[in-house]
Amino acid sequence: MTAPEIASGVAARARAWHLERRHLIVAGTILIAALIPIAAQSFVLFQLTMVMVYGLAILGLNILTGFNGQFSLGHSAFYGIGAYTAALMTHLWGVNYLLTLPAAGAVCFVIGFLFGLPALRLQNLYLALATFALAVAMPQILKFHGLEGLTGGVQGLVVDEPDPPSFLPMINADQWLYYLTLIVTIVMFVLAANLVRSRSGRAILAIRDNPIAASAMGINSALYKTLTFGLSALYTGIAGALGAFAVQFVAPDSFSFLLSVSFLVGLVIGGVGSIPGCLFGGLFVLYVPNIANSISTGLAGAVYGVILLAVIFIMPAGAAGFVRYVLARVTGAGRSSA
Amino acid sequence: MELLISQIVSGLATGGVYACMALAIVMIYQAIDHLNFAQGEMAMFSTFIAWQLIQWGLPYWVAFAMSAAVSFAGGIVIERVLFKPLHNASILSNLVGFIALFSILNSSAGYIWDYTIKTFPTPFGHKPLFGGLVDTHAVGMISVTVVLLGLLYSFFRFTRLGLAMRAAAANPESSRLVGIRVGWMTALGWAMASAIGAVAGMMIAPVVFLEPNMMLGVLLYGFAGAVLGGLSSPAGAVIGGFMVGVMENLAGTFIPYVGRELKLTLALIMIVAVLMVRPSGIFGRRVVSRV
Repeated sequence: MTAPEIASGVAARARAWHLERRHLIVAGTILIAALIPIAAQSFVLFQLTMVMVYGLAILGLNILTGFNGQFSLGHSAFYGIGAYTAALMTHLWGVNYLLTLPAAGAVCFVIGFLFGLPALRLQNLYLALATFALAVAMPQILKFHGLEGLTGGVQGLVVDEPDPPSFLPMINADQWLYYLTLIVTIVMFVLAANLVRSRSGRAILAIRDNPIAASAMGINSALYKTLTFGLSALYTGIAGALGAFAVQFVAPDSFSFLLSVSFLVGLVIGGVGSIPGCLFGGLFVLYVPNIANSISTGLAGAVYGVILLAVIFIMPAGAAGFVRYVLARVTGAGRSSA
Repeated sequence: MELLISQIVSGLATGGVYACMALAIVMIYQAIDHLNFAQGEMAMFSTFIAWQLIQWGLPYWVAFAMSAAVSFAGGIVIERVLFKPLHNASILSNLVGFIALFSILNSSAGYIWDYTIKTFPTPFGHKPLFGGLVDTHAVGMISVTVVLLGLLYSFFRFTRLGLAMRAAAANPESSRLVGIRVGWMTALGWAMASAIGAVAGMMIAPVVFLEPNMMLGVLLYGFAGAVLGGLSSPAGAVIGGFMVGVMENLAGTFIPYVGRELKLTLALIMIVAVLMVRPSGIFGRRVVSRV
């Protein structure tokens, strides 16, 4: 065999091994996640539920920004719409909580799709401003006194934590919500991974990489961009609904622009364009502010900023890029591809 | 009619604050091609430095000049230490860098000078003008903004250094070939933007009062003004800032029922509507790229 053939053989084997290993890691993670409620206290369980919720919301943002190249500072608004949809449906109309998840997704899809239409004309920072307007407007609209009867105004709404189903008598409400979130997260992540590998997914990526070449190849750029906007909002909306059940409360100021910034930080830290990275982003968004606070209460913000800077200096491509780099080094495949 | 005029005039007065900020935002955008989310916090920090100097007994204008000078140097330091290493990183990584800087400056200012609201002196006084519609400070602030704009225009239009900075921003590679030190031009852009931010902060502080979070609202409006006017045009940014102030006031007054509560929302909707018609801002150049 010639040298290139050997090299490609090694690379192929490394890739196969990498693939198997990846499946093992995913299966192992799911197994551990499924076993956690046996040992963990309910506060830890709540935190982990929120990690998954943020991970889902960040995945929504990633679909739009990471895969389609459209900026958004407005995902806090979609998250808020999802949360309020769930709160309104269960609180005011007494709808079963399981139905609120698809409803929140559908509402956000429609709003995201509609918002995607004007967004077609805007690029980069101008799109950032338009979505930013959405983020700033959302808490104000929720507080608006004309809608107070519906949204509860500044006071917000109380959301009941769903009861575990009667055929599962041994788990409590916190554990049930954790499992529900876990199932939804797994399903949504698998769907996203499949989407990216599909024909539509390739079209979405092509628009990001080269919009002109993409439309020259017959991709309906406008349609795909608006659909991606809707889909992205759908993910974040479902995350919002789950988040509302976990927090058991919705209020306008929880869905401010700062939440959008958190999503963005999670996206970059986890890895732009990486699906498993979103969960790492969720971990970062939930835990790092607490860690910073425990290091120094007075300078919590400064510590947070320093951690943030350290992470982007050490891992410029996010956690996912870092893991890829380390794996490539360990398996030796890095030498042929890097 | 009288109400309309008075609302427009007071909108112009608040718009002056936004115009100041918008100008600083566009300056740094021109130099580094990124929108600096920490700009407001940098300005706030500079203003605190000036406040501290005044507290130590220095006269206003000395403190003013020293704060601007310190900010100028600080801008270079931030660029060299934090953002030069991120030069080749993605836009989003840079954005996170700005968020980190924002968080660090905000938290440190709160730690050093605490969160109580402080008054900041103005050299122009607070005497009412035009029957109480605006005061002398508002007029002084707008004049300072306009003078600053004139100075910047001359700098970029008529000096070698200004030309070199524009070239470095427009086409780094070719500029490097003709001997422009592109890296230092970027640093200089940061320095100037930081100093302009300091001036803006010192002009704004007498209106909104000095505290670590004073710039948050102003930055949002300044950002909106800059984008509305067009990020490629400093004069457009200033006009955009004034327009945001006026639109916000008019929406609050003349749109019945929803106006007062949702005036920020309405102003933003108007801005987005304007951008629909002119996607690069009112005075911005359309960027045409060769395929």
